[in-house]
Amino acid sequence: MTPLLDVRDLTICFPNATPVRNLSFGLAPAEALAIVGESGSGKSLTALALMRLLPGAARIASGRVRLDNDDLLALPEVEMRSRRGRDIAMIFQEPMTSLNPVLTIGRQIAEVLQLHRGLTKAQARREAAELLDLVRIPNPERCLDDHPHRLSGGMRQRVMIAIAAACRPKILIADEPTTALDVTIQAQVLELLDRLRRELSLSLLLITHDLGLVGQWADRVIVMYAGRKVEEASPGILFERPLHPYTRGLLAASPRLHDRLHYRSARLAEIPGNIASAATQAGCPFAPRCPDRLARCRTNVPDERDAASGRRVACHVDLTESSRGLHHDAALSY
Amino acid sequence: MTDAILDSTRPAERSPDDRLRTDPERPEWPNIHAPDTHLIAADAGHSRSQLLRRLGRNPSFVAGAGLLLVIFAAAVSAPVLFPGDPLSMVARPLLWPGQDLAYALGTDSLGRDVAAGLMHGARVSLLIGLVATTIGVAVGTAVGAVAGCRGGRIDDILVRIIELFQTVPSFILLVVLVAIAQPSITTVTWAIGLVTWPTIARLVRAEFRVLREKEFVMAARSLGFSDSRIVIREILPNALPAIIVTTSVMVATAILMEAALSFLGLGDPNVVSWGSMIGSGRELIRTAWYLTALPGVVIVLTVLSLNLIGDGLTDVLNPRLSKE
Repeated sequence: MTPLLDVRDLTICFPNATPVRNLSFGLAPAEALAIVGESGSGKSLTALALMRLLPGAARIASGRVRLDNDDLLALPEVEMRSRRGRDIAMIFQEPMTSLNPVLTIGRQIAEVLQLHRGLTKAQARREAAELLDLVRIPNPERCLDDHPHRLSGGMRQRVMIAIAAACRPKILIADEPTTALDVTIQAQVLELLDRLRRELSLSLLLITHDLGLVGQWADRVIVMYAGRKVEEASPGILFERPLHPYTRGLLAASPRLHDRLHYRSARLAEIPGNIASAATQAGCPFAPRCPDRLARCRTNVPDERDAASGRRVACHVDLTESSRGLHHDAALSY
Repeated sequence: MTDAILDSTRPAERSPDDRLRTDPERPEWPNIHAPDTHLIAADAGHSRSQLLRRLGRNPSFVAGAGLLLVIFAAAVSAPVLFPGDPLSMVARPLLWPGQDLAYALGTDSLGRDVAAGLMHGARVSLLIGLVATTIGVAVGTAVGAVAGCRGGRIDDILVRIIELFQTVPSFILLVVLVAIAQPSITTVTWAIGLVTWPTIARLVRAEFRVLREKEFVMAARSLGFSDSRIVIREILPNALPAIIVTTSVMVATAILMEAALSFLGLGDPNVVSWGSMIGSGRELIRTAWYLTALPGVVIVLTVLSLNLIGDGLTDVLNPRLSKE
């Protein structure tokens, strides 16, 4: 199947750093793909690059982003502008500040509808009420005339989702959509995104550092480290048998309820070192922190290769699943 | 072994606490009542009417607006109450206020009616104040918006121009401008507009520099809004409170500038204005002090009313100061 969105060898440069290198992935229609990584791994920049909204000094050095056979990176700015919101929409981390504080909710939703779908004011208002209903906001008619400060964080994020979904985009990018929300609201928002994905058949690109969300809501996961994809798999397989040493470290460092492993009962595993050590690496960016590193890890960047059961991994170490399984158990037992 | 991190759905390993959690099989979350619902239901009312109500309760704004309304009424009714040229000589010179009830506020050294002068002067002062401020705000907002949004080279150039205007004392610049162009209501108005725009330009630039970094601007860009749409419909409304408050004070400044120009004899010689009345009464200040005092009081009251309005607007519009 040809993917709806096809990203090839995306490299993003700052004048003195390269936060994303040779990133390739595809996104199928109505698929939910999660990009996971710690702060500084380049996942948010990737999202902004897809929208061509990179901040000032950052630029796309090379790569291709195809959406429905159009290269988004080659489109003229005016054409790209008309795609934003209509074909690709985005919701942000901070619902408290992502809505314009002085405009009513209704006007903010109606504005997108008028711009991209050419509706009249009255039509747009009716449609806006329906959208608020779609994202399960009680009393949509009255909410239209409210200003954002009247709404709580969860409600604002729902409004943001309504705005993003207003023009029935093909792809919805959610950049840490629940980081600023408390846990019960997080689940509601993700449930809403998942329902919209099915009802409007839109593809969801979920950017997060929360592995717990990934397992429940994503069809496929990409693990990023220092601007590179290190592993790609479906969440079930990834959590069952992580291949890449970084992924294994991440999973070992996450508390699990059914292990009865708690901060009080045992030491939580950690990955030694920090992500800044990747900046000076000629070879694999994870090499300085990797427990399994080989000599060539320091000098050669591992290529991404296919592993068993449809997953991809970028590592020099022999990653046959049997040997991995043993290692993994050993890692957890201390 | 590690099925999913934080997986609460495996029934065998569920602790009693976990049962309180929501079951993903039932996605409607019936057991969680979002606090949002109650908040919104309890909190009715519309924001714009609320704003007016808060302005109505603000004593500074009410006092200022009332005072300004009286002055405005005087300006409007001047041609009806005092038909004819207020500069024509109508009675014996230097009548004191109350001496002749036909000229309740007295006459000046040439026998011109002071009351008529004050009423007609209100027209000139308010007209120049409002139009000059409109020019200043329009130019200043445009320049400030471009500088604040574009940044980079354009910003540098515009900031230099603003600084150029601000290093020259504005009143000296105003005198030079009016002296070059022949003094008339039109030239005085334009000149005042041209020396006051840097104030608003600096303010708007600063506001825009802060606002353009806000997340909602990024959100607007991600929805495909053009730059001009973002500036006019997203950023400008956020900068508006600051602009409105400054505008009210700028009107007062413009009125003072016009009065000062007329006092120096650089105003339009064909119309009466408060400043020119003070200027012509100045020589008689020891014998007929009312000739300077009366227009002076009127200027003070007008400027006071505009400052009170400005204070009231600041209280209500400034989010950092208002209680909400």
